[in-house]
Amino acid sequence: MENSKFDAVCAILDAYRHDPNKLIPILREIQDQYGYLPEDLMIFVSTALGVSPASVYGVATFFSHFTLEPKGRHIVKVCDGTACHVRRSEEIARALRQELGLQDGRDTTGDMMFTLETVACLGACSLAPAVVADGVVHGSMTPSAVRALIADIRNKEEAESHE
Amino acid sequence: MNKQALEQITTDFNCRLALCRDRVLVCAGTGCVANGSLKIYEKFRRIMAEWGLSFDLELKQDPAEHLLSASGCQGFCQMSPLVTIQPANILYVKVQEEDVAEIVNRTLLKGEIVERLLYQAAEGPARNGEGIPFYQLQQRRSLALCGVIDPLDLNEYIAAGGYEQARRAFAELRPEEICEIMERSGLRGRGGGGFPTGRKWRMAAQQPGEIKYVICNGDEGDPGAFMDSCVMEGTPHAVLEGMMIAAAAIGANHGVIYVRTEYPLAVSRLGKAIRDARAQGVLGENLFGTGKDFDIEIMEGAGAFVCGEETALIASVEGKRGMPMPKPPYPAQSGLFGKPTIINNVETLATVPLVLRLGPEEYARVGTAGSKGTKTFSLTGHVANTGLIEVPFGATLRQIVAEIGGGVINDDGSNAGDRFKAVQIGGPSGGCLTREMLDMPLDYENLKSVGAMVGSGGLVVMNQQTCMVQIARFFMQFTQNESCGKCVVCREGTRQMLALLDDIIEGRADRATIPLLEELAHAVTMGSLCGLGKTAPNPVLSTLKYFREEYEAHVQDKRCPAGRCQALLNYAIDPELCKRCGLCARKCPAAAISGDKEHGYAIDQSSCIKCNACLDSCKFNAVGKN
Repeated sequence: MENSKFDAVCAILDAYRHDPNKLIPILREIQDQYGYLPEDLMIFVSTALGVSPASVYGVATFFSHFTLEPKGRHIVKVCDGTACHVRRSEEIARALRQELGLQDGRDTTGDMMFTLETVACLGACSLAPAVVADGVVHGSMTPSAVRALIADIRNKEEAESHE
Repeated sequence: MNKQALEQITTDFNCRLALCRDRVLVCAGTGCVANGSLKIYEKFRRIMAEWGLSFDLELKQDPAEHLLSASGCQGFCQMSPLVTIQPANILYVKVQEEDVAEIVNRTLLKGEIVERLLYQAAEGPARNGEGIPFYQLQQRRSLALCGVIDPLDLNEYIAAGGYEQARRAFAELRPEEICEIMERSGLRGRGGGGFPTGRKWRMAAQQPGEIKYVICNGDEGDPGAFMDSCVMEGTPHAVLEGMMIAAAAIGANHGVIYVRTEYPLAVSRLGKAIRDARAQGVLGENLFGTGKDFDIEIMEGAGAFVCGEETALIASVEGKRGMPMPKPPYPAQSGLFGKPTIINNVETLATVPLVLRLGPEEYARVGTAGSKGTKTFSLTGHVANTGLIEVPFGATLRQIVAEIGGGVINDDGSNAGDRFKAVQIGGPSGGCLTREMLDMPLDYENLKSVGAMVGSGGLVVMNQQTCMVQIARFFMQFTQNESCGKCVVCREGTRQMLALLDDIIEGRADRATIPLLEELAHAVTMGSLCGLGKTAPNPVLSTLKYFREEYEAHVQDKRCPAGRCQALLNYAIDPELCKRCGLCARKCPAAAISGDKEHGYAIDQSSCIKCNACLDSCKFNAVGKN
């Protein structure tokens, strides 16, 4: 069954007809499928496309969308665009780090439940400061509102685990 | 597809729409969606179904009495979610789910206005945009259809005159005629540089070769700008039509729309627009019976600000790291896969059909001598009315901030009166505009002359509580993060500039810091290849130029005039207000607060780490900082 790991990659590569120019969309789809870009898959892709592993690694590390490590189940993004920044998004980020117990530059909680990211601008500037939790934009955030948001996600997780 | 077919679609659509008694347009722009507009749309649908009303979600051959649509951004994000009722032209603001039944009952069924949901202008409730200062002073040309039509309905776009200009461009005009119209209109790139669109096209048109490309730059990376996302989401067909006209002008048969990864909604709407346009025969092969082909694909970015730069964008479309290349050769000469390529910004392309429809002279009637037409801005920050706006070039900051924006606000949202400090324009490449420039007409030249730029059009208003050194640091952090690393002065210089700014903010700076910062800024500008590096020091230079005394207060007096730099603050307990509960002392992680019930409490400044814990925990507002 070991092969099954590569089946999805093969399907993605086939969909892009092994075109090396399509490296970025290919990596995007792999990440959507696997949650991150595992090293063996990047090497596999490089062989399949006929480009060097260094080129694949170069692209994967150049763009901030790509991650080489698994992320938590819930992704919380704090917007730090200019509009959010002047409306004190750093206080939101600080409250989230505290609430999630993230220290020493770590972005993912030990239980793999949350990953906290900072993004440059979500385009929701009129709702500054904005936070995106699992793809849903929450506007006009305050430190207490983001703590409530996290508590909400935790409660839902707990309710599900009891089912 | 030909002229008759387009006219037929227009007639059909208008006849059908006329048969509808009314139409509900729920705004589905990013701001409104985040405030729950999709739930409101669903609620309308449920209530209309439950009440047995005859309604459609898209205009059919035999239309129902009511039509329910989701529109693109209607602009007034501050008042979101917005709902417009046509043809009565009523704008409801801050609509909540529980208001929907009343709107259906009173407005749709009885023809009444729900007054409490109208915008409350100074003169009383305003029925629609005509009575709202936010809209009154705008001139919505590029955004004319944004928020007015259903972005996903191709027929509605055609009925509004859409694709007729693409047809003309392919079937009636010669390429050089199109380039000439663009040149005469004075249209300049809306993405930042302001390069004349017509000249760019002519350069590409003159290149030999069968294969050429048109790229739409939707990599709106400037933090604090969201106009392009609104245009892509609100009028995706206008972007496609603009690309088609560009293709006709240069003889391209392939187009790419490069969309920033943070804009999934724009990707899905553009995707549907492309599929519909192909199915209808306005995009693809043998366009308008001319035998010419043009097709468009979407490429999602992967998160790199530098990819907004033309050559870096091309590299990433080719599947490489998005690093800029020296120019010349310009992309118009050798671009994507080495072929002649034109790259235009979203707003520029969405404006192109309008230029053709109005004619260059009519288009150029609005604006200033060197900057023609209108410009969209995203108005954000400390301003009462945030949102998407469009004004003619030549409008003043005072008009935008005070009249459209409704004035400056304090951090807590209250009216700040006259406490305007600055506007940041042009994002990480731009600069600050101060009180002295409130009456300067905004256009490419004037902004450049004061060390700022139009950029993509993010206008971030700042009140007196904003520290300008922090703002400069914010942008420096951004460019330092986004520097691709190719040019050493950009990669290392931005890092050192950031460190110097940190020294200033954290109280370590001395007399040498500011001169060093300035010297480094000029080095980075001179030694960088692309726009990102060349303009990276602008926010620092601009704040240094206009707010030097604020920098000096940080350096010499170790004081932050805006009270925002934590390290320069002193926390103190007011003995008058202190109830001696001791909570702050227990909360202090550095054990810097000592005292007891009898003598009160005090903070030892040398061990205070300025974490704010005491201030947060005090229930009596006895802890202050200055």
